[in-house]
Amino acid sequence: MPTFTINGMTASVPDGTMILEAARQIGIEIPHYCYHPKLSIAGNCRMCLVEVEKFPKLQISCNTVVTEGMVVRTDTEKVRKAVTGVLELMLIHHPIDCPICDQAGECGLQNYYMKFGLHKSRYALEEKVHKKKVQDIGGQIVLDAERCILCSRCVRFLREVTGTCEMEFFSRSDHSEISIFPGRPLNNNYTGNLADICPVGALTNKDFRFKCRVWFLKSADSICPGCANGCNVMADFKGDILYRFRPRRNDAVNRTWLCDAGRLEYKKANDYRLLTPVIREAGQAIAAAWDAALFTTALRLREAIEAHGPESVAVIASPQSSNEELFLVRKLAAEVVRTPYLGFSSLTPGRRLEDDFLIKADKNPNSQGARLLGITEEGFVRTVKAISEGRIRALLVFGSGLADFSDGETVALLSRVPFVAQVATNEGALSRAAHAVLPSASFAERGGTFTNFAGRVQRFQPGFPPRGKAKNDIEVIAGLANQLGAGWKFAGEESVFRALAETARPFSGMSYESIGDLGREARDGGPPSGGR
Amino acid sequence: MAIRVVKVARPEKMSFGESVYLLEIVKGLGVTMRHFLRNMARQENIPTIEYPEVRRVMPARFRGCHRLMKRPGGAPRCVACYMCATACPAKCITIVAGESPDPKIEKYPVRFDIDMLRCVFCGQCVEACPVDAIRMDTGWYTMPENTREKLIYTIDMLLEK
Ligand code: SF4
Ligand code: SF4
Ligand code: SF4
Ligand code: SF4
Repeated sequence: MPTFTINGMTASVPDGTMILEAARQIGIEIPHYCYHPKLSIAGNCRMCLVEVEKFPKLQISCNTVVTEGMVVRTDTEKVRKAVTGVLELMLIHHPIDCPICDQAGECGLQNYYMKFGLHKSRYALEEKVHKKKVQDIGGQIVLDAERCILCSRCVRFLREVTGTCEMEFFSRSDHSEISIFPGRPLNNNYTGNLADICPVGALTNKDFRFKCRVWFLKSADSICPGCANGCNVMADFKGDILYRFRPRRNDAVNRTWLCDAGRLEYKKANDYRLLTPVIREAGQAIAAAWDAALFTTALRLREAIEAHGPESVAVIASPQSSNEELFLVRKLAAEVVRTPYLGFSSLTPGRRLEDDFLIKADKNPNSQGARLLGITEEGFVRTVKAISEGRIRALLVFGSGLADFSDGETVALLSRVPFVAQVATNEGALSRAAHAVLPSASFAERGGTFTNFAGRVQRFQPGFPPRGKAKNDIEVIAGLANQLGAGWKFAGEESVFRALAETARPFSGMSYESIGDLGREARDGGPPSGGR
Repeated sequence: MAIRVVKVARPEKMSFGESVYLLEIVKGLGVTMRHFLRNMARQENIPTIEYPEVRRVMPARFRGCHRLMKRPGGAPRCVACYMCATACPAKCITIVAGESPDPKIEKYPVRFDIDMLRCVFCGQCVEACPVDAIRMDTGWYTMPENTREKLIYTIDMLLEK
């Protein structure tokens, strides 16, 4: 643990730490472009120059190891002049496209220019070297070679993380240009990350292109609902519309990456949403008030229970629901309805792509949570069997679809049940067939926890209130239970989680504080213990 | 053009004569009468103009209704950068950006609406524009309409002005 001094402050850091990282840990920001904590060190941008005592020249802090007794200064005139010089060099041929550049507002050049530059350009506009703009290079990426500062982060990402090596530098000096090889576009499942790691607007996201200026966006810490890996994301929204996902660093789950399919998962919260409760009587769909919809649903469930016994009612849970919601669903099925038919399916329609990095075949964020709460896939199979044998008189379904069933299969199955109530966010064959549709809040409109494939419990935060007349699932489930005479008093997801942690063993001893921003492993059994 | 600032000293308290306003009304009527009689006496250079057929020429720096400038080819000069919308204190500019078929332009406004009912004519949008695409130099200061919708100026209307 060498001890060193930086700007007069003394600190000890682990052996082998670079000055830049060490400075970051004690809150001193050193400007940099090419350095990225999850990529190898290139040391080519020269922005992170610092003065180190007894070194004749300025050193690049990203690649200088802290040694015992080292004295570093980042705030001297010499450093400032050098950094300004480097920045000026980078901006010599820069097009300054800021008005039409999606990076504006979160651009390394803009930020550092305001901090370290503020110089007048000494280079004539006509003499700037022009390069190819607006190139669709495949994946989710648009390349503008003119804006590139040749930091090589993209090259290193494609070499070290995906191993696909699609991008390289071509030509020399002023004419150096980043590009793909002719006729060989980006071909991997992680291209979206290039737009995140590119410190400037050279690589931007095709999907987000021109949709919104970044300074209008607010952000909620969330979890990607796209697969069982549970990658940490920042869900960026304006008003009640989500615009994009950006990865949130969590070294135990997704480091700083996100897959391309996951990046588009935000669309689920925007498109094809169920926004009003609907009651369907004699084939006629009528928009209903919440009270009426809940009352009708509860009434039909109670009628079925009274006429044919509790085993004539089935509940299908959704692995898209949070642990809190699943806990209440289980409670509703076991304690209020008292049906043996409760299950969930982790299957989804379409190809279930999988790799050995982030992408998991299970396309649900919380299948593991359902399993840990004792809701089984075997229960789903039993339920479907009972439905097709005509033994189920009333069905309560959570989620927008049924396993990997096609629309036709879903309709055929549901036609065997006299009353189907659905609690879901998105429309589909199921919502068109259900007799009562109770719209629920999307992942961006509610809070809770998901348990990822490895049993890590992670929180997702609400960004904005539910759209339209949609309601938080917890309110819907508790409303139904109370209509059936349960007398539940839950106020918000945190109170539900407390009840969950008290009764469900894998979650015992957990609280929202102990889960924190980065999550915590659930125990598969084992004795309960206090928070870490 | 030099700007002349006139400072008007206002009395702390109104006198009795001012506070009943009667005298002021008579004074005002006097101005009206003076203009009336002058108009009757000679017909050229009359102080009363036949608005709206005739309009006063506004000073060059007067902030009137907006217009959007065009490029030589006729395409809007605006690059949909949202600077004006960001600067606007009344939040009355709505822009939807799109990909231009001309790769030299790249980004252009598919929609550009100004809600004139909310605009406070502050000129911040003009100040903010990096490409001088929006101006308030039309000299138009009134825009009576019979519905609110007509006062939401669209990109086509703004390019016409
Ligand atoms: S990368 Fe884009 S936002 Fe950054 S300075 Fe260049 S043009 Fe402006
Ligand atoms: S495209 Fe971006 S990430 Fe790649 S070298 Fe250029 S500036 Fe760096
Ligand atoms: S004049 Fe002021 S209020 Fe009106 S559009 Fe421009 S910035 Fe907005
Ligand atoms: S500031 Fe100018 S270029 Fe930018 S959106 Fe407004 S009018 Fe268009």
